[in-house]
Amino acid sequence: MKFEELELKMVEMRSPFRIRKANVDEVLWEECALAIAQNHGQLVTLWVSQKSSKKFAVTAIYSLQGEGLLWLDLLLKENVISYPDISGLFSSATRMQRAMRDLMGITAMGSGDSRPWLNHGFWPDDYYPLRKDVSGFEVHELETPQDYSFIEVAGDGVHEIAVGPVHAGIIEPGHFRFSVVGEKTLRLEERLGYAHKGVDKAFERMSALDGSRLASRISGDSTVAYSWAYCMALESAWNWNVPERALWIRALMLERERIANHLGDVGAIANDAGFAFGLTQFMRLKELWLRANKEIFGHRFMMDCVLPGGVRADISLEFIAKIRENVTELRAEVERLRAIYEDHSGLQDRFMRTGIVDNELALRLGLTGLAGRASGIAHDVRVDSQSFPYTQLNVNVAFHEDGDVAARVSVRFDEISDSLSLLEQILEKLPSGEIHSPCRKTQPSGAGAGWVEGWRGGIFVALSIGKGGNLERCHVHDPSWQNWPVLEYAVIGDIVPDFPLINKSFNLTYSGHDR
Amino acid sequence: MMWEVLKQIAKTGIATEVPPAAMEVEAIRIHDEILRILGRALTIREVDAGSCNGCELELNALGNLYYNLEGLGIKFVASPRHADMLLITGPISRNMSTALAMTYEATPSPKLVVAVGDCAINGGIFGENYATIGGASKVLSVDYEIPGCPPEPIIILQGILTAVRYKLENRTN
Repeated sequence: MKFEELELKMVEMRSPFRIRKANVDEVLWEECALAIAQNHGQLVTLWVSQKSSKKFAVTAIYSLQGEGLLWLDLLLKENVISYPDISGLFSSATRMQRAMRDLMGITAMGSGDSRPWLNHGFWPDDYYPLRKDVSGFEVHELETPQDYSFIEVAGDGVHEIAVGPVHAGIIEPGHFRFSVVGEKTLRLEERLGYAHKGVDKAFERMSALDGSRLASRISGDSTVAYSWAYCMALESAWNWNVPERALWIRALMLERERIANHLGDVGAIANDAGFAFGLTQFMRLKELWLRANKEIFGHRFMMDCVLPGGVRADISLEFIAKIRENVTELRAEVERLRAIYEDHSGLQDRFMRTGIVDNELALRLGLTGLAGRASGIAHDVRVDSQSFPYTQLNVNVAFHEDGDVAARVSVRFDEISDSLSLLEQILEKLPSGEIHSPCRKTQPSGAGAGWVEGWRGGIFVALSIGKGGNLERCHVHDPSWQNWPVLEYAVIGDIVPDFPLINKSFNLTYSGHDR
Repeated sequence: MMWEVLKQIAKTGIATEVPPAAMEVEAIRIHDEILRILGRALTIREVDAGSCNGCELELNALGNLYYNLEGLGIKFVASPRHADMLLITGPISRNMSTALAMTYEATPSPKLVVAVGDCAINGGIFGENYATIGGASKVLSVDYEIPGCPPEPIIILQGILTAVRYKLENRTN
């Protein structure tokens, strides 16, 4: 079925990028999912909101190839608490649907996996924190986690290795269950949710203006991307015009964030392959980069530097000169180190043909963002969203076909170099003017969406504001929801000691996923 | 290739910074005290109990050559059984409470517990709710707190040294 043949009444939403909204019933919900899947559209995110004491709405956001986003609302009839499962078409929906059940008690009808996801048994099975009849402050005297039924692999010599949630290094909490024969991984099953901290509910206690502070702390390494996506949603909802200079500075910060994370990761990935030199060198470059952030923006990670209506600090001419100088220096350093990486046969031996996600698998599982680009899926919100100021910039979408650790490292190196070039372009074009526009006195109710290419991939935020400027619902989505399940496939057939290496090449977020 | 690696190492030189004067004296004193009392390096097990990962980024940065944590005789270890100190981050998510308690149990006495970042001190922006317990002191006896969102590496380093001194003074008293 062609997408155009569906009888959808689509309304354009006010937004810096193209997003259209439509209401659907259960039948159309499934038909749309099918048509979008057949036309190679992607599922961006899913969430539920409560409309009244007995009525709920399920929302799906799809990315239509080059046609912006589609926002589908399925308004459930009174007392209906289920909706048609779409995980058969979009496998990444599985965990999102499980999370929706845990948080709101709304179930996907016909879904094969009904295990809880975020609820580990510390609150009752029938306590749904996002419902409006609970405050979210309820404390339950449940002190032992529920058993979780991992899928078992049987056979001669098969045994399990359980890792986490406390890991050997300084990393976030998650549990990995490996089924192995000898050193070979037959199956990996992830269990996440350890960093769940009730973020969605916490938003509902905040004013829309205060919400950007919380958005800055969804995932510490992507604070600029999250706060920009949040502010974009809020500014769209309130039709709040942001000065151009502020938007350019936001892009500058976003590219700086991308560079900082890639620097850290290309070092750490080499370290996981036993090449400590790489870690030392890139940690040094990252530290210098973060110190420059502190000097220019007042914070090493630029937390709270994107504010509703603009940005917190302007860039002086002196800092513009300094950034230009840093860009030139860093480019030379990274090129030199990249050449060393590429000439190192031992390192390349560990990188190549390890943790492969081929293009067919990546498309089938909905792999996205940086990891998607390393598996031949050339999507990037900076290009796809056609939004300012990226429309004024020459954005190169880094791309690789191989889908292995080497490809992900290569894409990261390319993206460092591309982002350095973007920084130069931004400084070249940076207009003069204000960096913040004040909020209007009236704070009307409304809804908005934000979509930003964080360093891992597309970050999406949707919010609805009630009377008085308070958040009624805010949903934030990290691309790790799409990519975590793919990691389970990437490790199949590799040896267990390659897991840290493969995992680091993706470096997905736990906090941003668990929320 | 090896030649390029060596050239890069030589070019980088020694970038480790001399800590601020007062801290340097402090560091040497603490280093001596750590050796005198513990007879070995200070070992730390880090537990992320629901952090946004901001504190972890800064804890990792402590290992870079500018701060040179290991040069001070301080080391992050893989197992709590090898640790003298627990560094805890995050607003203590309920889902992490069991793992945190088990990690604490596995740490040999006298265990030094340090809460790193605003969340581990009082829940921070996440506060206390159905999913988070709030500060680490709600579930464990915390010896020292290092505020910040996230605290910068140099602040964490100062905090670790101060925490050790407090503990040692309390022990000798």
